[in-house]
Amino acid sequence: MTINPSRYHQLLPEVVQMLDAPDFFTRTKSIATRFSYAEAVLELAERNSRIVVLDADVSKSINTNKFADKYPDREFNFGIAEQNMMAAAAGMATTGLIPFASTYAVFASLRALDQVRNSIHYPHLNVKIAASHSGITPGPDGVTHQAQEDLSIMRSLATSTVIATADAPSTKLATYAAADWDGPVYLSFTRDPVPVLFDINYPFQIGKMVLLRDGNDATIIANRDIVAHALVAAEKLAQEGFDIRVIDCHTLKPLDVETILQAARETGAIVTAENNIIFGGLGSAVAETLVENYPIPMQRIGVQDTFAESGPYLQVIDKYGLTSPHIVRAVKRVIERKKSGR
Amino acid sequence: MIDKKLSVPELEQMAKQIRRDIIDMIFTANAGHPGGSLSATDILTALYFRMMRIEIQNPQWEDRDRFILSKGHACPVWYATLANRGFYDRAHLKTLRKLNSLLQGHADMKKTPGVDMTVGSLGQGFSAGVGMSLAARYLKKDFHVWVMIGDGEMQEGAVWEAAMAGAKWKLDNLTAILDKNGLQNDTFIEKVMPIEPVADKWRAFGWNVIEIDGHNMTQIVSTLDCALTIKGVPTIIIANTIKGKGVSFMENQPEWHGKAPNAEQYRQAMQELGVAQ
Repeated sequence: MTINPSRYHQLLPEVVQMLDAPDFFTRTKSIATRFSYAEAVLELAERNSRIVVLDADVSKSINTNKFADKYPDREFNFGIAEQNMMAAAAGMATTGLIPFASTYAVFASLRALDQVRNSIHYPHLNVKIAASHSGITPGPDGVTHQAQEDLSIMRSLATSTVIATADAPSTKLATYAAADWDGPVYLSFTRDPVPVLFDINYPFQIGKMVLLRDGNDATIIANRDIVAHALVAAEKLAQEGFDIRVIDCHTLKPLDVETILQAARETGAIVTAENNIIFGGLGSAVAETLVENYPIPMQRIGVQDTFAESGPYLQVIDKYGLTSPHIVRAVKRVIERKKSGR
Repeated sequence: MIDKKLSVPELEQMAKQIRRDIIDMIFTANAGHPGGSLSATDILTALYFRMMRIEIQNPQWEDRDRFILSKGHACPVWYATLANRGFYDRAHLKTLRKLNSLLQGHADMKKTPGVDMTVGSLGQGFSAGVGMSLAARYLKKDFHVWVMIGDGEMQEGAVWEAAMAGAKWKLDNLTAILDKNGLQNDTFIEKVMPIEPVADKWRAFGWNVIEIDGHNMTQIVSTLDCALTIKGVPTIIIANTIKGKGVSFMENQPEWHGKAPNAEQYRQAMQELGVAQ
């Protein structure tokens, strides 16, 4: 069977054509989204003098060193001191500046969490937290540098806005949108290259999910790097005769409840798929929504109750259950439950 | 409302008034932190009634000098100072820690007019001050940032992250004031976790250090003035203070870190602070 491009929306045509290729993830054009953030913030700085960048000794890794080269008076490298950086960002924001505080997700969401909660979110200061190496995307770096719970933690903070984009263009669009957003925004990026799925001109809106594939048998709601794996899974399922809807939930909070409930009513079964632990992230958010509004069978793909390990990125996320074969199994199971009413 | 700079005798009178308000607030709330509020009173009085460039009618004025009480649990002294300075009616002081109050248990910049930073979790206000100082430099504004930290607070590692940053960027528009009263929540600092030699530590971190008697108003005023003139290096004023200063039975007593006086203690404290008989 061949791919039916009319089922797909917003995606680049060349991506749609390749979704059934066994070597999709090695052949398709891929970019690490941390670099897209660095490009976007550099572009933003040209048109908004209130934007400044804060670093914590990983500017070479995130590419914000290019910002420092171009705007030496607007980049502040705090060294290996993320707590000080976050509270200083809060202080800067009180004067009307828009600080983008850049570090790794594990440090932004854990080491500096007290500052992120009490100095940034509680007073609702206009700090943008730019977190690279999010989820277990830093495969080779191992557990201490993997942020497998960053979305759960950030989502639990009152008034937080939490974004986990799927690819390079959507990361740039999210960075632009964050600059215009009033209040703190958590932006998360991948360490490793991930497939470029979108055209840079597609409509991106904080808090609004994106329908990527039509389907009525079940819905996969995915975020971050797992969106691409969800698309590959849906195409595999299409070859087996299943008609699967795929939605990109790039904004975990505020959650697009309407789109979730529409998918629940129209497809009757949902699988969530995220590069994050299964506690408190996308799966939890969708489950809470369904339980309170429209209970239907649901399965969760995510890191289970375990820490991961070092290894090449794609091998790590496969071993820990986040890739398309795992998603395919979860979708089949949820459809089985839907049919049997369990 | 007072718009002129107070003289030293006037500042001393005002400090007494603020100390009475602190005791009254904490007695009314039946909770709060009197010890560290009373040790900081003379310095906050000098800052708000003489040093700082502020507009009472416009607490968010972008060119104002900033003050951050990084030792946020001592906010009764901040609230009483701001009320006496005219940021809000003194009647609010009776609402400390009550539901729907402007005056939270630890200071909230979005609730209390005049509070420049939300504080409470120790070791964060100092970092925020570093950020404000860097912002002033980038925005080419000449406001000054004053941050008061506690000596117990010095045990927080993030304080030293901020200290390094202050020295790296030579933040001479930032002045730290250490309220060195020698006590912390559990007991004496030297028993819990010694911090000496304090002055040497700050010098080693690249700060200009000035030591004063934190209850001598003449010395406070001249030192705050002096701090503004020092360029190219951040300054810390180590203010040697007495926890519970002004109330004899609270002075230097660990138990008065975070507890309210009973009715008898309240009467005695107010008498000592010169309430009309």
